Amino acid sequence: MQEIHGEKEGKSKKERTPMPEQPAEERIKNFNEVALGYAKEDALAEASRCLSCKEPKCVEGCPVNVDIPGFIKLICEEDFSGAIEKIKDTNALPAICGRVCPQETQCEAFCVLGKKGQPVAIGRLERFCADYERQQGVQVPEIPEPTGKKVAVVGSGPAGLTAAADLAKLGHKVTVFESLHKAGGVLSYGIPEFRLPKEIVQQEVDYIKQLGVEFKTNYVIGRIKTLDELCDEFDAVFLGTGAGLPSFMGIPGENLNGVYSANEFLTRVNLMKAYDPEYDTRVRVGKHVVVVGGGNVAMDAARSALRLGADEVSIVYRRGEDEMPARREEIEHAKEEGIIFRLLTNPVRILGDEKFNVTAVECIKMELGEPDQSGRRKPIPIEGSEFTIPADVVVIAIGTSPNPIIFKGTEGLEQNKRGTVVADEETGATSKCGVFAGGDVVTGSATVISAMGAGKKAAKAIDEYLKEK
Amino acid sequence: MVVDAPDVAKAAKAGQFIILRIDEKGERIPLTIADFEKDKGEVTVIFQEMGKTTKQLAKLSEGEFLEDFVGPLGTPSDIRKLGTVILVGGGVGVAPIYPQAKAYTRAGNRVISIIGARNKDLLILEDEMRNASSELYIATDDGSKGHHGFVTDIMKRILDSGEKIARVVIIGPPIMMKVGAQIASPYDVEILVSLNSIMVDGTGMCGGCRVTVDGKTKFTCVDGPEFDARKVDFVELMNRLAMYRNEEIKAVEKYEEECRCGLH
Repeated sequence: MQEIHGEKEGKSKKERTPMPEQPAEERIKNFNEVALGYAKEDALAEASRCLSCKEPKCVEGCPVNVDIPGFIKLICEEDFSGAIEKIKDTNALPAICGRVCPQETQCEAFCVLGKKGQPVAIGRLERFCADYERQQGVQVPEIPEPTGKKVAVVGSGPAGLTAAADLAKLGHKVTVFESLHKAGGVLSYGIPEFRLPKEIVQQEVDYIKQLGVEFKTNYVIGRIKTLDELCDEFDAVFLGTGAGLPSFMGIPGENLNGVYSANEFLTRVNLMKAYDPEYDTRVRVGKHVVVVGGGNVAMDAARSALRLGADEVSIVYRRGEDEMPARREEIEHAKEEGIIFRLLTNPVRILGDEKFNVTAVECIKMELGEPDQSGRRKPIPIEGSEFTIPADVVVIAIGTSPNPIIFKGTEGLEQNKRGTVVADEETGATSKCGVFAGGDVVTGSATVISAMGAGKKAAKAIDEYLKEK
Repeated sequence: MVVDAPDVAKAAKAGQFIILRIDEKGERIPLTIADFEKDKGEVTVIFQEMGKTTKQLAKLSEGEFLEDFVGPLGTPSDIRKLGTVILVGGGVGVAPIYPQAKAYTRAGNRVISIIGARNKDLLILEDEMRNASSELYIATDDGSKGHHGFVTDIMKRILDSGEKIARVVIIGPPIMMKVGAQIASPYDVEILVSLNSIMVDGTGMCGGCRVTVDGKTKFTCVDGPEFDARKVDFVELMNRLAMYRNEEIKAVEKYEEECRCGLH
């Protein structure tokens, strides 16, 4: 008996505690969250798998270096408030990171348990702690004595929110400028409700407000004020304006009605709540939807289209599944929901009718050649393999670059060819004195957590800059 | 409608627009800035009751609030001393023409303005335009005021007169801008139009406002709203503006039904 028991334990140590989820056939009919979160028992079981390594590699894998074994140990002791405090020492947005971070390539990729079995589900535990805290009511930390220094943060996405929170905790007076009517950046307009409920984003924003940060929404820097004017009014400026300019393919038919950038499609659905008939903003609900691209944004758009009521949604991607930049979990979720993957396929033109509406996408088959600059094998078109996919809605999700509007009327801010801002990797310092930058505006489209990491580093550097000033 | 928005008023320039939202469930709609007073902190926008949002706007009383009012957006008009400029405004297109008339006059230009509407009751800003221009002509479709016909007829007459014209700016319904551009094209004159596209954010983020200019895709909200009229693909523009027409009609019907039932 004992042996059997031992074997069971051994097995449970190898495999992670499963995440309760809405079944695929249910969830495609609603915009509610797919992953439901651990119950206390699940969290305790999963936390007990952690080996509390003396030299934890997982922490190195985290862009904001959360003390992972530390907070997991507190979960084991059922001190959930202690656990969330530990996380919040370095991460201002745990409810968001626990949901959208690519843990499998970060912290969890370094977990020792992953060598022989499954790594500890660090992200799920982080989410558990954050959700626990939200249910209990969030504690507002003590705000330190004001330093008298004023910092402007441009953009309220993950980079800006993190920088704002850290700077406020250091006693600086922070004002966040957001161009849209709601704070959160991509967390509000881009990532869908079923992956990141907007209520959670709002609560994280409210937490940062409680730290004394002022938010000015509907405020487009570059139009209402220039960056130079902000430099005059504030002691330092952090640019976290992201990569909000959508790329198009430049193929014929791309301006037909029914062709959306992923930004527009997702903004209509998420920020403007086009899925809710009570709201005035509309989005075209396709019968046959084609989404072009292989990243998380493409998965989000495809899964949103399905939930809006499309009969068939396919993802068209020019490389193979292994090359897809999307998170494994998102690809699996999309497949479970019935999204069709048309891999090694690339659109060549979009066809429309006499009323200017999309009717089909003409594609060409691709094969993989030698690795290109990105290290991935380069897709090459197979001549004569053209075919058409019927479509009444097409969503282009092939990436974004920084929005140039911020640079209007400003001088001395060095940018590289792709339109990104040149900034020091460690400090976020730009070529312009007192201006720091981080997140997608520096790197081009990347992840929420890497933007947060950059916001964090910049906040530290800004604090040092202000002390010396 | 005059809106108290000091920061917007301070930064506004002729040719720019704002985006507003009436309430939490409302859509974001772009409206051109018709006037702004930096000292008073006021911005004037003029709208025509067309869709649900503009019908709701018309019901607001003095002292009420808008949920959101963001601006100024768009690239300001390139206004400098050119010589003689013809400004053509049709319908609510007269609203965006008005700040341009003031700005061109202030820059030392001779401003010939031509404004029109379907009938005299729909004609807006007549006195303001007269004050802001060197010459003012009026046209109405039904002949109830001024020239019986189109604003573009008067424009052609002036272009034919041989007077040296540096620039023509035409703002109004897309069909009027298309026709105006065609008429003015053969003349040696710069022709600008200001486009009003479907937008969500107005900052270059969604691309819903894309328009083909000189064979290239441009975003009306950041690259425009003013473009070289000879290069604009007006057919595409008009088709794109029709994208949500059925939904708009349904939304208006539903709203008016609810109004009748006393729900608004």
